[in-house]
Amino acid sequence: MSSLELLSEKQSRKIRILVAKPGLDGHDRGALVLSRAFRDSGMEVIYSGLLPTPEQVAQMAVDEDVDVVALSLLNGAHMTAFPKVVQFLKQKGGADIIVVGGGIIPDADKPKLEKMGIRGNFGPGTSLKTIVDFIKKTVDEKRDLESKKDRAAPRARRKTAKKSSQKRTR
Amino acid sequence: MSSDSFWSSKLKQLEERRRSKNVGDFVPEKMKALREKIASWEKNILAPVLKASPERKESFENFSGIPVNRVYTPEDVIVEYSRDLGMPGEYPYTRGVYPTMYRGRPWTMRMFSGFGTADQTNKRLKYLLKEGETGLSIAFDMPTLYGFDADSVRAEGEVGKCGVSVSSLEDMETIFDTIPLDQVSTSMTINAPAAVLTAMYAAVGEKEGVPLEKLRGTVQTDILKEYIAQKEWAFPPDAHLRIIRDLMLFCTEKMPNWHYISISGYHIREAGASAVQELAFTLADGFSYVELGKNAGLDVDSFVPRFSFFFNCDMDFFEEIAKFRAARRIWATVMKEKYGAKNPRSMLLRFHTQTSGVSLTWQQPLNNIIRTTIEALAAVLGGTQSLHTNSYDEAWALPTEDAVTVALRTQQIIAEETGVTDVIDPLGGSYYLEWLTGEMEEQAYRYFEKIDQIGGVLEAIKQGYIQREIANTSYHKTKDLESGNKFIVGVNKYEVKEEKPIDYLKVNQALQRKATLKLRSLKKRRDEARVSRSLEELRKAFEDPKANSIYPILDAVRSYATLQEIMDVGRKVFGGWKEPVIA
Repeated sequence: MSSLELLSEKQSRKIRILVAKPGLDGHDRGALVLSRAFRDSGMEVIYSGLLPTPEQVAQMAVDEDVDVVALSLLNGAHMTAFPKVVQFLKQKGGADIIVVGGGIIPDADKPKLEKMGIRGNFGPGTSLKTIVDFIKKTVDEKRDLESKKDRAAPRARRKTAKKSSQKRTR
Repeated sequence: MSSDSFWSSKLKQLEERRRSKNVGDFVPEKMKALREKIASWEKNILAPVLKASPERKESFENFSGIPVNRVYTPEDVIVEYSRDLGMPGEYPYTRGVYPTMYRGRPWTMRMFSGFGTADQTNKRLKYLLKEGETGLSIAFDMPTLYGFDADSVRAEGEVGKCGVSVSSLEDMETIFDTIPLDQVSTSMTINAPAAVLTAMYAAVGEKEGVPLEKLRGTVQTDILKEYIAQKEWAFPPDAHLRIIRDLMLFCTEKMPNWHYISISGYHIREAGASAVQELAFTLADGFSYVELGKNAGLDVDSFVPRFSFFFNCDMDFFEEIAKFRAARRIWATVMKEKYGAKNPRSMLLRFHTQTSGVSLTWQQPLNNIIRTTIEALAAVLGGTQSLHTNSYDEAWALPTEDAVTVALRTQQIIAEETGVTDVIDPLGGSYYLEWLTGEMEEQAYRYFEKIDQIGGVLEAIKQGYIQREIANTSYHKTKDLESGNKFIVGVNKYEVKEEKPIDYLKVNQALQRKATLKLRSLKKRRDEARVSRSLEELRKAFEDPKANSIYPILDAVRSYATLQEIMDVGRKVFGGWKEPVIA
């Protein structure tokens, strides 16, 4: 395939999203509802399962070659866990993966999280539509930017991602 | 599966009762006249009004999706008082587990509490006791719930955040400092390490000179609902069930005043289940534990009396009351007819209630006081033995002292100012309530039959059946909100554009550092050889399915082995468990 064909394939491909609850939080109602909503909206959803460490979340994100990692925490540990995921993503070559946060996040923490690269930070009562639209818009913007850069200077393809079998949803 | 199963024949019985011309206590000739009267009302009074002013919806359903009529009459209620209701404190206990209920003594006011350090929690417990709570209830942080110490790398950012941090007997001693264990009853919401925390409580009692048999309280222990809803397990199901069996045997013999399990529906509901599902899955879990004890060689009447239950209470007022009544009737009936219980105390479903956490809104938090009040009232009218009321700020954080005081006062006002405590089961006999009680009962039996066909609760969990039922309901509830089928004040109706922030409890991030130092100091002071020996004995016990692991757990706890050290022995012997794919 030519690099242009590769590009347009990438543009039109489904959004791949990893839904994860990093750390010690088993309250997964929100994460399960989100996974289903994302899938219903046409995304390919991978659910991390329970109790992954922030490092494991980052590894999964890179292995699965996702566009977005959606982090959900209700237990007050977001200020430690979310930034750790971002940090490990950078270390593992996933710095370009979009990180979106949500859960029980006090307003005061949101700007701090934004600064560290975690976007959205949706609290309880946020509609699914708002979250889905935000993710789609953010991915579109990123892809637009990438395609502009790639047209200017074609870069090496990211090495083939290892597809895990267990947690993929259809 | 065989259509002769206990559940199938029960369902046939209920269906026949519904279809038969037998209308319970109502005289057939009078019923004929009533039917004519209703038909006339529908034609002459109702129809013109509907034509001029239609109702808000085509059809009305309650929160569990059960269609509800405009009004309920004797026609709808197939109740034989003695068979279906009984007097309070009499089989089938529909009206209440005791003959005097709150006329004797109000429910226990038991506020779920815990945050930060053992010391901070000790202060909050003492505060609540001073303000009139009558039972203690401890909330633990996530590391403790999962069996990790505060200095573990897994505990990073989590120490003390959603409950108190307990890593060793030392922390437990601090929590109960100057709280005499022979004068309080304590509930501990802990599951995977339930046996360890029970042992710690027993060890504190020992130090205070309170013997095991005098300790009063509850430990949640209910691992089945963890796999189903709360997801706080450590080992595979068989391992946890074996430890629960050990606890059952130990407590039946040595701690007769201790409820070694609190079979819970609260979390199942919070995970998104309907009230019917909460009722059905909780009781199904209960029946599984009955079988666990029976398979361990115990006589049903020797261990079931110390079962306790724990339910949610959400906003559909009548549905909640019906749920509690249905739960009592089902438990009594099944214990008697299926499990052959002879002791009435095996048939009593005694429960604690917590008002619904998930019903609280982040928006306009003061509104939550009203929600909690309505839920608390439903629990009282439903005959709860013990009650926790949520604080209005809990969609934001753990409760501040002010907020938790209002929550406690809510219970006290209901108890002192409303008069509902002076009449037992005051809504009993309401046509709507009796119909709904029967309807929920029947739907629960359908679930019991289905789970039985799958092969029991454990198999249903391994196949993900129960979890998927809950996830489906949860998803539909969210969609209902988004589509405007359902309204929540402040969230999708009567919203306020600029929400004012409120003052809320902030847990100090430095706790992990403090706890780490404390643990380091403990490890220097304790007898390491004794700890190693006790952990080795525990390992042997875990590896021997016939051994009772509670004794070595007690020894390990007394030697100041940490929670994680003890749980790690289990992790090595039993391994972990990955849930089936639900998402």
